[in-house]
Amino acid sequence: MNRFVLPLAVFVLMVGLLGYGLRLDPKKVPSPLIDKPAPEFSLAMLDDPTRQLSTADMSGQVWVLNVWASWCVSCRAEHEVISLLANKNLVTVVGLNYKDEPADATRWLQQFGNPYATSVIDRDGRVGIDWGVYGVPETFVIGADGMIKYKHIGPVTHESLEQKIMPVLKELLS
Amino acid sequence: MRRLLLLFLFVLWMAPLQAAIEAYEFESAQMEADYKKLIDELRCLVCQNQNLSGSDADLARDLRRETYDMLQAGKSPQQVVEFMVERYGDFVLYRPQFKSTTYLLWLGPFLLLLCVLYLLVRRLRAADKPVEVDAAAMAEAKQLLEDKESGK
Repeated sequence: MNRFVLPLAVFVLMVGLLGYGLRLDPKKVPSPLIDKPAPEFSLAMLDDPTRQLSTADMSGQVWVLNVWASWCVSCRAEHEVISLLANKNLVTVVGLNYKDEPADATRWLQQFGNPYATSVIDRDGRVGIDWGVYGVPETFVIGADGMIKYKHIGPVTHESLEQKIMPVLKELLS
Repeated sequence: MRRLLLLFLFVLWMAPLQAAIEAYEFESAQMEADYKKLIDELRCLVCQNQNLSGSDADLARDLRRETYDMLQAGKSPQQVVEFMVERYGDFVLYRPQFKSTTYLLWLGPFLLLLCVLYLLVRRLRAADKPVEVDAAAMAEAKQLLEDKESGK
């Protein structure tokens, strides 16, 4: 009887660990950028390409960077939620228009409404690489100290806005 | 003749298909070898079970270009790897680095092997040990056998 106890314990442990592993989402890769300074960029604005917006312009305030593109289907899905966040007027929401045609992007904003204080153009995705973007949409929360506090991968839903992003924002703004 | 023409057209049609992956020119054979090794060992984060060289995803193409540009600019393969890890984390490496968070990953199998070897040796030793016999019981057993033989 006793000699079955150890194998059984090992078996139960394995089942537990594998069961836990099954429930993890492999698409959610932890970002090494959390609590690191936001990678710098200086990019032309979508609505006025002669003007530039840089990360330095945003220093001293809490802001949100939302990576989007007109070709990105899930961006359409989260558009409503991003608009909701922008309408709260808590923080500045900046769009990073990732690997997109500016004309398409402008049309997209006209069609669905523009939630962004401004969108900047990352035509070749070079800034996206610096921010570790690998799937659009992605959403970053940046603190007043210029550090990335939170990264959301994939479309922001009402639940993830309320349960994940808002608590981070509230803590940063308090 | 017509067959030959068809074959010729087919080959023409094939040419652009083969050019689907970017053709980069390298200054040295060493750089080309470094590039090939890097894109084989870096993971594409979009299609996670493919490396950069095997993936046709947009991001993989961008990261291949990034790798090439960095090597062209005189960066070492190690610097390219650091650049990728800074942005995408350890997950981008197919060959994880040896550091405190990955000790268990690298050494775990050997620890497991040691445990098994220990258990095996213990079991073998136990099997080798001469069996201790109670002298009185042995005498009784002998007696019984003898009785049985003589009684035949």
